[in-house]
Parts: sequence; C-alpha cells; structure tokens
Amino acid sequence: MELPRELTGAEIVCESLLQEGVEYVFGIPGGAVLPFYWAMPKYPELRHILVRHEQAAAMAADGYARATGRVGVCTATSGPGATNLATGIAAAQMDSVPMVAITGQVPRAAIGRDAFQETDVTGMTLPITKHNYLVMDVKDIAPAIKEAFHIANTGRPGPVLVDIPKDVLLGARTHFVWPEEVSLPGYNPPGAADTEQIAKAAALIAGAQRPVILAGHGVIISRAFEELQELAERAQIPVITTLLGLSSFPTDHILNVGMPGMHGMAYASLAIDQADLLISLGMRFDDRVTGRLADFAPNAKIVHFDIDASEFSKNVKVDVPVLGDLKQALRQLLPHIQRTVRMEWLQRIDTMRAEHPSLLIRDTHELLPQYVMQQLSEVTNGEALVVTGVGQHQMWAAQHYHFKEANTWVTSGGLGTMGFEVPAALGAKLGRPDKTVWSVAGDGGFQMTMCDLATAVENNIDVKFAILNNGTLGMVRQLQDLFYDTGFVATIYSGNPDFVKLADAYGILGIRVTDKAQVAGAIQKAMDTPGPVIVDFIVKQDEHVFPMIPAGESVNEMLEEPIPERVI
Amino acid sequence: MSVHEELHTIIALVEDKPGVLTRVAGLFRRRGFNIRSLAVGHSEQPGLSRMTFVVEGDEYTVDQCTKQLDKLIDVVKVSNITDEDVVARELALIKVRTTMETRSQIIEIVRLFRAKTVDVGAQSLVIETTGEEDKINALLDLLQPFGILEVMRTGLVAMVRGKSDAQVSDNFGISYLGNGRSRVAATEIGSY
Repeated sequence: MELPRELTGAEIVCESLLQEGVEYVFGIPGGAVLPFYWAMPKYPELRHILVRHEQAAAMAADGYARATGRVGVCTATSGPGATNLATGIAAAQMDSVPMVAITGQVPRAAIGRDAFQETDVTGMTLPITKHNYLVMDVKDIAPAIKEAFHIANTGRPGPVLVDIPKDVLLGARTHFVWPEEVSLPGYNPPGAADTEQIAKAAALIAGAQRPVILAGHGVIISRAFEELQELAERAQIPVITTLLGLSSFPTDHILNVGMPGMHGMAYASLAIDQADLLISLGMRFDDRVTGRLADFAPNAKIVHFDIDASEFSKNVKVDVPVLGDLKQALRQLLPHIQRTVRMEWLQRIDTMRAEHPSLLIRDTHELLPQYVMQQLSEVTNGEALVVTGVGQHQMWAAQHYHFKEANTWVTSGGLGTMGFEVPAALGAKLGRPDKTVWSVAGDGGFQMTMCDLATAVENNIDVKFAILNNGTLGMVRQLQDLFYDTGFVATIYSGNPDFVKLADAYGILGIRVTDKAQVAGAIQKAMDTPGPVIVDFIVKQDEHVFPMIPAGESVNEMLEEPIPERVI
Repeated sequence: MSVHEELHTIIALVEDKPGVLTRVAGLFRRRGFNIRSLAVGHSEQPGLSRMTFVVEGDEYTVDQCTKQLDKLIDVVKVSNITDEDVVARELALIKVRTTMETRSQIIEIVRLFRAKTVDVGAQSLVIETTGEEDKINALLDLLQPFGILEVMRTGLVAMVRGKSDAQVSDNFGISYLGNGRSRVAATEIGSY
C-alpha cells in the first residue's frame, strides 16, 4: 500500500507500527527520538506508555509479549536511553521473547564523533539481539521495521533493535510504502519437521520403558498445549516442566511431575536420572536444569524437538533432533503414537514423590514465604497470571503455584533479572486485561524497579504487587550461607522503605502482613480493590529454597530439607 | 595432531551489509571459537560475499560454529568443507633482507617455489607467493636465515572442486539440521 502524501521518517515509523498491529509502545522520550514523539499525536491508535526508567520500557514490552504472544515494542532515546534498555533486551534474548526496540540516534553527520548522548547502540546490542538495524535512509525505515517484526516473531523469537538517526526521522520525506514481503535470503525459519526424524522419534518413544517429557518455553511460544497434553496422555508419559515451561501443562494434571534441576522437585530430577528416554520439547538444557552434564540423564536417549538447530547437542548430546515448529512437529508425531499403559514407571515416580516430598511446608507459627505462595495459589484458584523476577521468591512461586491455565507464568529465566517483575507485570496486564495479574517480588528486586509504580498509577494498570519481604537479598544470602565461609556480606537490606507508606505515597492501597492468619485475607482484599495494590509480606528471614542441587553438581549431591513432622 | 589443533575450513556466503564482519567476528569472540584465518571477498553473485574461515577446535566446536554462524540473519549459507575435495590457496607477500651476496640465493629459492619477486630494493626484496599453507610455511622457513622483515598473508581461500553445474561449494555440511538432508540444492536459499 502507498499513501498519497510524503511522510517524515517518524511518521513512517508510526505507520509501520500500525501496519504491524501494535497497540502499545513503552518508552521515555529524549533528544534524538523526539521526532518519533512529535509524530505520535497523529496516530492515537498507537498508545504510548510513559515509564520511569528505560529498562522498564523493555521489560514491560517483554511482559506484554510473553503474555500475548505478540511482539512487544519499546522505545528510547540515544545514549543513556538505549543503554538503559539493554538489560531488558538481553532478558528477551535469553528467553526467546519477540520484541522490537526503536531507538533514536544522533544525526547522521554526528555519528562517530562522540556527539552528545551518542552510543554505538547497534554495536552494543549485537550480542543481545536476534538482529539489529541502523537505518541511514528514510526509504529504508518501513522495510527495516517490517523485517524487524518478522525476525522477532518467527522461528525462535527474539528482540530486534532498530536504531534511527534523528535527521532520518525528521529530515527527508518519502512516500510510505509498506513492503508486501520481506527479503531475507539468510533467514528461513523451519516449519514442518522432517518425516524421517519424526519416524525415528516415534520409534524411540514406542520402545521406551521409562520416558519423560521435558516441556520448555517452546511449548508456550508455539502454543502446543493441546498437542503436549495429547502426547502425554496417549502414551502415558510423565511431564516435567522447566522453569520457563511452567503453565505449559496443568500443575495438577496427574502426569505432571513438576520442575527439575537446581531448585526443582527432587522426584522430577530423579525421574530424569532414571529415565530411558527424554522427549525434550522446546527447551535448551540450561545448566540450572542439567547440573553436571556428565551425570545428567545417564540412562536416557534424547529426542530433542527445537526450532533452533544450534540447540541440538549444544549442552547435551542428542540422539534424534527434530527441527521445526513444535506445534506442527507434534501434530506430525501424534498419529504415530500408540495408546500405552505404563503403570510400573508411573508408580515408581509416585514412590519417589512419596519418599522425597519436596513441597511440604512445615507447620510453624512463623510466616513462611512458601506458605504465602501456596496461599496465593489457593486464593487465586491457580488462575492468576504470575510474574516474577529472579531469586528465592521466583523459586517459591515456581514450586508452589498451581497453574491451571496455559501461559500464565512470566519470569526472567535465562538472564535472571532482578526487578523484572514490576514492569513485566505492567506489560502483561495491558496485554491480558482480563487476567488477574500478580507481580511477585522480593524486597531486593522490587526496589530495583519500584519507580515504575508511578506508571501503574498513571495508567491505572491493575497489577497486584506481592513483596516477599525478608529484608535481605535472600538467594544470595542462601548461597553465602551454604557455600562461602566468611558469612554474610552485603546481603542485609536494613534501610528498606515502609512499603505500605510507599503505596500511600503513590496513592494506592498498601497492606502489611506479618501473621499467617492474615495472608489469605490480604490477598483477597488486594484483588477486591480496583487498581494497583502492594501487599508487603514480612516473611521469615534466612529461609532457604530447597531442594537444591548446587551449581555444577548432580542429583546425587542434592540438598533436601528433612521431611517435617507436621505440615500444613 | 592433538584435538585442540584440529583445523576446519568453513565457507559462508554472506550479505554485503554494513556490520556483517563485526557480527561474524563478534560471534566467534563471544562463543570462544578460535579463528586461524579469515578471508573475505565478493562472490559470483552481486550483493553477496564469500568468507573462508579456518577454525581451530574439535568436532563440537566446529558444529556449534557452523550452526551459530547460520543463525546470523546476514549469513545466507554456511558449509564445513573440511572433508570435501577442495582447492585451497593463500597469498603471501614476504619482504626479505638482501645483500649483494644473498640476493642470487634468494632469487634461486623464489624460482624453485614458483614464487615471484615483485619489488627489488637496495637492501630488500618483496616476494609474492600463492599456495597451500604448507608451501608458504616451507618458503618462509627457507627465507628465515636471510632475515624476514615483513610478512603479509591473506588467509586461506577455499573452493570445492568440480560440481560446477548447479552446485556451489556452500551446499555441504547441513546434516546437523537433523532433517535428513545432508545436501541442499543450489537453488534453495538459506538454511536458518
């Protein structure tokens, strides 16, 4: 399509974003990107969400993208604006999240001269983007944005950055021509899987006595929920979900064995240890999953479904790689799968579950963070969309939240970004306004991005913020306690603000919970109150996350808590 | 030869776009792949360049290296041609110290190697030679006693022999895709 009038680069950016169906742009203006903001009022369909720090723009775009499956869009100015985006972009890259970041750059003539607020943004983001562009001609803007969205949201998704100099945004005008197709000869994401590989995979599945499915983020990205469930049920294969694969398979499904690895359930890691076949679906054998590679799944052959060929045998030697879109590949596989009864293996896993009850919460008068997560799961009936950062709160949420619905879990897995939970929850809520969205944070992470409470208030984004407040950097403290002999260093947060007063300062409801009896009521009250709410749970300090397989070790070195005498 | 010194020749067809060399070099650096040599130049197709890499490492390294290269959007095709029947050449310019006494000896060596003398100065000669790495190393060894002042080597360029009809040398080594294809037709562009 072509518009009759010639447009500036900035207007072309807006037209292009509308062509891509963009609803929200998260960002902060600044000198070099101002032409984009000058054009925005002409495009009211494009809603700009003004954040308080650019990292929140990237993380909100990330949360929006994960919650909806659509490309999240963020923008920032040159120099510090763009460098602030970087953490959020890196998180999206590690977790395969479709994102387009548009950054203003200093005018072309100033590039390379250390101009005010100049940074080599494309150079800087090279290793943390799937691809990036420096657009030096107004005619190239529309094709670059079209390609950026295509690359971001096909194949293995990822962030794409488009850097546009100020004078390209504002100087020369040109006709807006939206390209019908992209021309990327070096980029052909796989579609259907090879039938020979499917047959090999089916044969291994048919011959396996003790198979397990490892369901990763790929199941969620390709929306292969039904196919996964059909495969598991038909062949009676237990399903283990990775951290990013949580909510790809209902937690309470009889075949769900939970999360494996460093802080996963002991029986899930043991099941992998004893399995004779791993069916790995869209996951990448992260070191938090595998532990010491030499001891990972020693008895198993591995069938690996992935859309990224470089994941095959990257960390773990794969016997049958199946390249393609997971949903399609599973549909190709299913006709080859026989109904199977597998009593012995499932019983063996049940026995391991009974012998290693990793999720029991001891009965104590103290307010345990695990108990808060369990109550959150119960009060929300497992139907909320839960967003976390990284650390103990993340692991407790992952362990104790019982997901009922697909794709209701947003967490910073690969990069492990503290503070992700606040802005990502804002993006997730804007993308899924129908869902109750809980941002679960520790007091450490919350303080990294709590400035963006203002964004929630300003736009009345109805996110409930739960802080598991133990006054420490809990996970770091746990590591210091277990593995460093000089005791605790730099992990006590003695100057925390009063989060209830902070809520008050933002004009929203804040609730403090210090007692177990108040937990369920506070969660309910938060949900009954329209708009953002902070619930500050003052939980027991120095509670450790268990089980734990120390970094670089194996399931044989797993640390478990003694089975408590009385449990909740 | 120990595992670490194993050499692999990889060819990549890449789009002629600003930054493509940085993308490739950055990838090698951050994934810890060692490049022994890298040569870049135009290909037979406008807008596309061909790179020849000689990479050090074991089978795992070269497997990851080709796959990661292939993921770069600007990289159209990648092939590991280490086990193919190839023509591989490198060009070197060697400036060697000369005196009245040694000049004729050096020129004799140059003649034996079918190299060329491309510049004659009062106290030095510049020699041009092409060939496989071993030949250039042998020439350098012989010239060493005279005093080598400067060496400039292009790095290896390589091409698969024969198969000129509808087959270009980038069609090899795609078996890792796990899709049963070990070769991709020349008409098929891109392999992701």
